[in-house]
Amino acid sequence: MGTSGLQVSRELNLKGKVCPYTFIESMLALEEMATGEVLRVIVDFPPAVCDVPRSLKNEGYEILEVTPVNPTDWAILVKNREVE
Amino acid sequence: MKFSEEQIHRYSRQMILPRFGGRGQSKLAEAAVFIMGAGGLGSPAALYLAAAGVGTIGLADFDRVELHNLQRQILHRTPDVGLLKVESGKKTLASLNPEVKVQIYSERITAANILGIIKDYQLVLDGSDNFPTRFLVNDACYFEKKTLISGAILRFDGQLSTFKPHAGGPCYRCLFPQPPPPGTVPSCQEAGVLGAVAGVIGILQASEALKEILGIGDSMAGRFLLFNALSLTFQEVKISRNPSCPLCGEKPSIRTLIDYRPSCQPPSCA
Repeated sequence: MGTSGLQVSRELNLKGKVCPYTFIESMLALEEMATGEVLRVIVDFPPAVCDVPRSLKNEGYEILEVTPVNPTDWAILVKNREVE
Repeated sequence: MKFSEEQIHRYSRQMILPRFGGRGQSKLAEAAVFIMGAGGLGSPAALYLAAAGVGTIGLADFDRVELHNLQRQILHRTPDVGLLKVESGKKTLASLNPEVKVQIYSERITAANILGIIKDYQLVLDGSDNFPTRFLVNDACYFEKKTLISGAILRFDGQLSTFKPHAGGPCYRCLFPQPPPPGTVPSCQEAGVLGAVAGVIGILQASEALKEILGIGDSMAGRFLLFNALSLTFQEVKISRNPSCPLCGEKPSIRTLIDYRPSCQPPSCA
């Protein structure tokens, strides 16, 4: 998935946070953002790397990319879609 | 709405529900629910609504806590005996969730004051223990276009429905046009009630209230649920608007609120 050149509207640092708060805080941020905007979420809680993208996808958001940024942290790129 | 770290923690297990999120939590925080009666039905309903973060809860009851209430009225504790139920209830709800604003009404609810009270609420839960109040609440909700979530219990049985004639469904009078003659329906005092039955129906009222606020799921409007604890059965009956309903029918005969005279024996037992 090519995400180079993608404009990130907001970044959320959730290092130190555990599930389900990683998902909830990501969702709260997305709810405040406009449709089409991209959120970059940084997590360091290993289960969140899988759980946050899955839960956000279930809510109708589009996961663009999940990538490691260093040995402990992961970045999740998610695009806001208007949720009914 | 901005949520504090504490709020996110408190409500996390419901905010992660499908289609709930911050938007759902905000809807609850902005909601105002009026509960008629701080007894067997009102107790569990109020507890779950407060726990869920419903912003404003109105609690109406003019009775004081008595020892024989405690078997089912779980808003109240043994040291609360003698207190006004609304004061005891407010204390319990505040200790469960200090974020909730609890508005209390310790005066008798009558035709003279009910419209002015319920106008500030979006939903009404009826947990009253007598037919005059039950009909008054239904009629007031009809005139004020408020959604009414009605529960009733006796012995091992419970009933539940939602009435919103303003949205096309039936009202309570479509089923029961007039109060039964005094003395024809036994009271709790005579017939008894299992406390947990009050819990089942009161909690279903709370669940339906949350669904109505959130706009999720299937409303109980147009459906009437009968519960029996002994056989552990739920039976659902479809109900529809009665064209000859004296309140919401084609030729209504009831155009103002009526204070029915309470019979000496209360007919059911919230």
